[in-house]
Amino acid sequence: MNFFKKLKDSISTQTDTVTDKFKDGLSKTRDSFVGAMNDLMKDYRTVDEDFFEELEDILISADVGVHTVMDLIEQLKDEARLRNIKDAKDIQPVISEKLAEMLQKSANEAAINEQPGELTVILFVGVNGVGKTTSIGKLAHQYKEEGKKVVMAAGDTFRAGAIEQLEKWGERVGVDVVKQQAGSDPAAVMYDAIQSARSKKADVLLCDTAGRLQNKVNLMNELSKVKRVLGREIPDAPHEVLLVLDATTGQNAMSQAKAFQEATDVSGIVLTKLDGTAKGGIVLAIRYELDIPVKLVGLGEGMNDLQPFDATQYVHGLFAEVLEQTDTDDENS
Amino acid sequence: MAFEGLQERLQGTLKKMKGKGKVTEQDVKEMMREVRLALLEADVNFKVVKKFIADVKERAVGQDVLDSLTPGQQVIKVVNEELTKLMGGEQSKLQAAQKPPTVVMMVGLQGAGKTTTVGKLANYLRKEHNRKPLLAAADIYRPAAIDQLQTLGKQLDMPVFSLGDQVSPVEIAKQAVKQAKEDHQDYVIIDTAGRLHVDQELMDELQQIKEAVSPDETLLVVDAMTGQDAVNVAESFNNQLDLTGVVLTKLDGDTRGGAAISVKAVTDTPIKFAGIGEKSDALEPFHPERMASRILGMGDVMTLIEKAQTNVDEDRAKELEKKMRTNDLTFDDFLEQLGQVKEMGPLDELLEMMPGAGKMKGMKNIQVDDKQLAHIEAIVRSMTKAERDNPSLLNASRKRRIAKGSGTTVPEVNRLLKQFDEMKKMMKQMSGQQKGKGKKKGGMNMPFM
Repeated sequence: MNFFKKLKDSISTQTDTVTDKFKDGLSKTRDSFVGAMNDLMKDYRTVDEDFFEELEDILISADVGVHTVMDLIEQLKDEARLRNIKDAKDIQPVISEKLAEMLQKSANEAAINEQPGELTVILFVGVNGVGKTTSIGKLAHQYKEEGKKVVMAAGDTFRAGAIEQLEKWGERVGVDVVKQQAGSDPAAVMYDAIQSARSKKADVLLCDTAGRLQNKVNLMNELSKVKRVLGREIPDAPHEVLLVLDATTGQNAMSQAKAFQEATDVSGIVLTKLDGTAKGGIVLAIRYELDIPVKLVGLGEGMNDLQPFDATQYVHGLFAEVLEQTDTDDENS
Repeated sequence: MAFEGLQERLQGTLKKMKGKGKVTEQDVKEMMREVRLALLEADVNFKVVKKFIADVKERAVGQDVLDSLTPGQQVIKVVNEELTKLMGGEQSKLQAAQKPPTVVMMVGLQGAGKTTTVGKLANYLRKEHNRKPLLAAADIYRPAAIDQLQTLGKQLDMPVFSLGDQVSPVEIAKQAVKQAKEDHQDYVIIDTAGRLHVDQELMDELQQIKEAVSPDETLLVVDAMTGQDAVNVAESFNNQLDLTGVVLTKLDGDTRGGAAISVKAVTDTPIKFAGIGEKSDALEPFHPERMASRILGMGDVMTLIEKAQTNVDEDRAKELEKKMRTNDLTFDDFLEQLGQVKEMGPLDELLEMMPGAGKMKGMKNIQVDDKQLAHIEAIVRSMTKAERDNPSLLNASRKRRIAKGSGTTVPEVNRLLKQFDEMKKMMKQMSGQQKGKGKKKGGMNMPFM
């Protein structure tokens, strides 16, 4: 079975809303996909150096990162030799398989580590402007819909308007926000939030933090302290530390992942802004080098557009538009 | 380390070339491969890289590099020059309207840092040019975006124009300009909502604002950490809004910032400002040549090389080299070299130019202190001529005298002696290795660098 047929099958067998969301979110890319894939196979009937070079460009243009791409291409070359693959269309499924495997080792690793009957604490970290507060708002809405009691902690006491932003989400979604004044100690906000969530018998506590660039030592130390305070109040807390990454970010995302992992022991990634043309391919490199799985993806502006990660769908989207670009390139040249 | 500077990258290729005498076209090809990887790792768009490499290669093969005795440096120089050229050569200023107020409109993706930049730009205009800006809150979509701008306005003690979040951004922009005219404010800076470049409805809205207030500057705010997609974003905003410039934000991070090149390449508008910190004064005019070095991860090597070359006397350097080989380097020679380093400029400035130094952990917090150099100089100057020629003369009593004479302590004197000794040993080893290697440039024999 060739690649796009297999992919189409896998999409059509998944009829739940998650798949629909993915389809909509990645619609910028999907329409052209089948045609583009056909073209690639037309252009490259055989698996040769040119084919791999083109593939290298495709992956690099999706921000996967030079090191990972080189390794991946080597592996694919070996695979092609091993399986004696000569025909371009026969290597397509190998590529997609490999990428999906690399991203997701098992289907349930995208699941959030929830504590049934107890308070689940989720800490959100990341650099400035990636969408931490927005992701928290959306997730709060979803938990609320599931009938859970949610509390949000306004831990970004630094950026102007950040507390107000979370409060507005609180009003919109109907969830309590624990806050202090702007400029106060975020660790103290967390302490308050835990007490408040406990007394309200909440199921989920979502903790916002100020965006910070990963090379600011003092700010990273502050974040470690926030995490320590949560752990002191509830053993095992935070149950998830989610690093929010902007899909438009390039190679610097690796440096972000490393630094935040060191400071807060990140347990998963939220990949936001995937509804644009950016592919966020760096998550492949991050998974490959640091073994941090993607848990949630932001596929749009709507409240329900934060979705569990699905590797197959993602890989599909990763290729589509770039192939379209390659297509127009070829026409131009 | 994922990010290696271009220099380290070229090191391997250069090693292979050593002893070959002449650089071949194949060597250049290999070096170009390294340049390509360095640029891709710095997030320069792959298509832009392709074109760039083609240009550089042409220049490199065309004699510039082939005839050079230092092909590695030459390649870096060509790459650096081409990169600076690509990025717009020199600094570009903000345009001003003939009749105030000058209208500046900020556009960009979500989270690029538009609102923060509006505050910083207003502060910059007031501080550097003594202007009176009005901030206009036209982001009615993101929760609390208006609060954010109002808070910034309060912090900076500057007026913020808002009509709440129920009035259309077009109307807000129009009214803001009107208000500025009435109040004799000479700048209006319009904060717009972040939007995806593929969101046609919202892009249309920006066009309407533009038509309504005809801004003198339409600035695209771009996150310096943006990857390959920067070209799509910039192209789209530019096609629909005819940008006049770019602001690059979050440059205080450790990103290489290759997006700067991508954006410049597709929009052909200058990058005007760079955001370099969280505080309201952390905005500065953009320097293309500094950015070129940053992208290549090599510090300002060019300036360093130039400085070294203008300050080092070639003949003296050769003599010194001979002394090093025969291991009779004295404290007088040391003193002379110290003088040369001092002539090159303050130490911390030199350090900043060193490749990789900026990235070293904790390096930023180290205050390199020219006083230390002064101490060393004082110690050496407190020695007698005989002592400088033959440090083994220095016994405890002589050391005490030197410490007293130089206003330092005996441990400090001891430390210097030990360092000098180690330096001599190291130099002997180095010159031993280099014996018989033929030509060697005597330019950079600064032991303590």
